[in-house]
Amino acid sequence: MEYFEIGINHFLILSSIIFVIGICGIFLNRKSIIIILMSIELMLLAVNINMVAFSSHLNDLMGQVFTMFILTVAAAEAAIGLAILVVFYRKKNSIEVDDISELNG
Amino acid sequence: MIIYSLFFYIFASLLCISSLIVISVKNPVHSVLWLIFSFFNAAGLFILVGAEFLAMTLVIVYVGAVAVLFLFVVMMLNINFTKIKEAFHKNLPICILIGLVLLVDLFLIISKSSSFVQENSKSLPFSNFGDLTNTHAIGSVLYTNFMPIFLIAGLILLVAMISAIILTHRKRENVKRQNASKQFSRSVQDSIEIVKVEVGKGVK
Repeated sequence: MEYFEIGINHFLILSSIIFVIGICGIFLNRKSIIIILMSIELMLLAVNINMVAFSSHLNDLMGQVFTMFILTVAAAEAAIGLAILVVFYRKKNSIEVDDISELNG
Repeated sequence: MIIYSLFFYIFASLLCISSLIVISVKNPVHSVLWLIFSFFNAAGLFILVGAEFLAMTLVIVYVGAVAVLFLFVVMMLNINFTKIKEAFHKNLPICILIGLVLLVDLFLIISKSSSFVQENSKSLPFSNFGDLTNTHAIGSVLYTNFMPIFLIAGLILLVAMISAIILTHRKRENVKRQNASKQFSRSVQDSIEIVKVEVGKGVK
């Protein structure tokens, strides 16, 4: 019954699946920035699962401490990203990625 | 042990399904709600491996702050999402291809690597903390060993807050605002004038 022995590999496979789902989300919703931001959150979640799983597997607290900092950066990134999104929407009345290329200069 | 693995499989499958729904539904409000659900499942996984503090932080920070922020923005902006979703089916084959390649790559790496670290390379082993609870142990290193990094994290949040406020703040026309310094700097002399009115003339 090796499927019922949950080890580090189960968590690693789970986190790689979530990471790939996040990447696929970016590819599939290339036009909507909101869903791209959500996909980035999913990828960060995958990294967090990886860190916590290793922390528990190695009996080492370092991974959990780093997960705290990843959470901080993810929250800051979401806040700034959404603020930029709101400003962009006010200027252009749309949130399509194709329109963003006009922002240069 | 069987309960543990049962819960792992429940949380893991719900997490995978809900994150698949996040990237594939049409309505972004639903997608935010499914994102919240997937964060709850991840918090369940964290509790399962014994990181209770991080599970609670995940629920508070992500569900309480980030996801609600997403929800506010999605509902505030009036966006035509049916047009945006048109490219979805066009990109689907190449996305599945890239995803499969990456997934197989990661699986091969995970299955080929038998042992991940040397036993003596630990930096903060649990045995240092005796029988402290998880929260207590994290607190005891976060405020001592990681003090500079902790301060930098606070600084990052401060910068994010200031930049978000400055980016979204705008001056609107035709809106009357209270100007406190102007109010306080008024004096009797330049606001009241006593006029002697002659009979039959009136005030100009």
